[in-house]
Amino acid sequence: MKIRDYFNLRDWGATLWENASRSKRIVIAISSVILVGLLPFAGASFLATPIAAYDAVLVYPVGVFVLMALGLNIVVGKSGMLDLGYVAFFAIGAYTMALMGTHTGLNTWEIMPFGIGFAMLAGVLLGLPTLRLRGDYLAIVTLGFGEIVRLVVLNSTWSKGPNGIANIPMPPDIGPLKFKLDDQKVFFWVVVIMILLTIWMIRRLSVRRPGRAWEAIRQDEDAAELMGVPTLKYKIWSFTLGAAVGGAAGVLYASKNLFIAPEMFTLNVSILILSCVVFGGIGNIWGVVVGATILGYLPDRIRFISDARLFVFGTVLVVVMNFRPDGLLPRKKREKAIVKREVNA
Amino acid sequence: MFAVLIDQFWSLTIAGIALGFIYVLISLGYTMVYGVLRMINFANSEIFMWGTFGTIITSRDLFGYTQTSEPAKGFKLALVLLVSLLMSMLVAGLTAVFVEFVAYRRLRAKGTNRLATLISAIGISIALQELMRLLTHSRPVGAPRVLEKIILSEVWGANIRLDTVITIIAAAIIYFILERFIKLSRMGKAIRAVSQNEDAAKLMGVNLNRVITTTFLVGGLATGAAGFFYVTVFEYTKFNIGFTMGMAAFTAAVLGGIGNIRGAFFGGLTLGLLEVYASAILGTQWKAVTVFIVLVLVLLFKPNGLFGEAVQQTRA
Repeated sequence: MKIRDYFNLRDWGATLWENASRSKRIVIAISSVILVGLLPFAGASFLATPIAAYDAVLVYPVGVFVLMALGLNIVVGKSGMLDLGYVAFFAIGAYTMALMGTHTGLNTWEIMPFGIGFAMLAGVLLGLPTLRLRGDYLAIVTLGFGEIVRLVVLNSTWSKGPNGIANIPMPPDIGPLKFKLDDQKVFFWVVVIMILLTIWMIRRLSVRRPGRAWEAIRQDEDAAELMGVPTLKYKIWSFTLGAAVGGAAGVLYASKNLFIAPEMFTLNVSILILSCVVFGGIGNIWGVVVGATILGYLPDRIRFISDARLFVFGTVLVVVMNFRPDGLLPRKKREKAIVKREVNA
Repeated sequence: MFAVLIDQFWSLTIAGIALGFIYVLISLGYTMVYGVLRMINFANSEIFMWGTFGTIITSRDLFGYTQTSEPAKGFKLALVLLVSLLMSMLVAGLTAVFVEFVAYRRLRAKGTNRLATLISAIGISIALQELMRLLTHSRPVGAPRVLEKIILSEVWGANIRLDTVITIIAAAIIYFILERFIKLSRMGKAIRAVSQNEDAAKLMGVNLNRVITTTFLVGGLATGAAGFFYVTVFEYTKFNIGFTMGMAAFTAAVLGGIGNIRGAFFGGLTLGLLEVYASAILGTQWKAVTVFIVLVLVLLFKPNGLFGEAVQQTRA
């Protein structure tokens, strides 16, 4: 056993989880959710951020980044396709919220399905022509698509062009919990719930047919096709589900920010989210969560990084890919697990 | 809507050809690297952007021209332009080699999957762009006035300006030299051998690393020349111009059939004309959108382009 295996946090956590009994697992899960839910109250500690308000930082970038990174991870991590225009789906969700919120009487939760639906529709429309081609083509077409969506809203009159859309309504209160601008705890809890739902969805899908198909596509697409996996169908599904999460994040973001403009949806967002996925560990949910948390939070904590944020992230992509291609918390090594079990038996 | 197009058809055509030649040179950067590595060089757009700064540095800092100074004439003009062109090519070529060293070489040696290489390439592309943004404080940089845009003659109501003529002639010459280099030189043959069959080329004693570095260098030189022409025609540059130009040049490469040098030539010219006509009809703000729609349509209906190999067959 090599020394670096001891530092494989991912396997360490997995062993801990697998060896725990059912009741113990429930205790671990509930206590970690409560711990995360209490995070907004820790603003006075060393976690405090110097520039922006701490609870706002927890919602955006941190919470929204985690949510979007999880969505992008379905595309990049699970099925191995590089999507460089993820911001497009985020923008579609945000503009759906902005337009429907200001023109109709619907509230955030009623608009959410529309935002998700439009993002998924865009995913299918973009996926159909490009997903039949090789990975690099998808990468560059999505790269273009992300920019095109921004250009369209920038140059159209219905989106009020570069002025953006203001006076987007906040979500309605949930019982005693009120959404407020100066106190964003409730927003944070909503994001956490959305993150948990996404994680639940990914975990369910991963162990079922789509998950296995994605894994097969990622490892060898031609072999998967030969084995009878309808690769195009599952690739489009993966792409569309990723888009759905991005759209949901966009709806929430618009409703939280009350104002959106095209300049919020540049290519940079796509790259930031991709960095989160790559830094944490492509394909591993917990790695992605940790990576997005760190990369979302650090630029607000350390002033130096916030100016050169993208330069740092670009460098992170190169360095991580060259020296630790599996990221901070690597993907679960199935093969390794199998070997271990054989040794034990 | 079409009135502008009909009115100014010939001047638009000339502008389109000049723009097309700029695309031809940039798409050579894409197409050559693709031919050898079977991979899109994501950083090519930033290599182009760095190349444009090569020209600006030469004319502004080396020769001391400013935006208000007297334009150069005669021999001095030729000298300044030539040195600027070479400087742009040098800067872009070195950047391309740097990209290959940092982003590609190690991963190629390890033989990791394509996703890792793609991410690494996009990473270096972002880093290069951001570095320039920090260096120029996010501001556009105007080019000094070196060349006076004299109207040489008028054909069918279209003004033929000196800068467009220089761009078209010089770019055509550079393209021709490169094409001959690939076709006739020893290194060019090695490059073509690697792009046909990497393993067989290696067995025949071709030094793979040297071929790949040279490919990046040559592609970078062509892209850098495009940077010089861009500055000559548009007289400004900015840290983010690479994106739109790179996207268009990539579309041109795909249109002509990526991996194919002659394809880059026809693709570039076609796209240049198409883009200029489309922006006359729809308005310039929709230029990038038109290019993108062309890209998607080509991928949808003729993914191997006009002259290229079948994209679908060479899957990851």
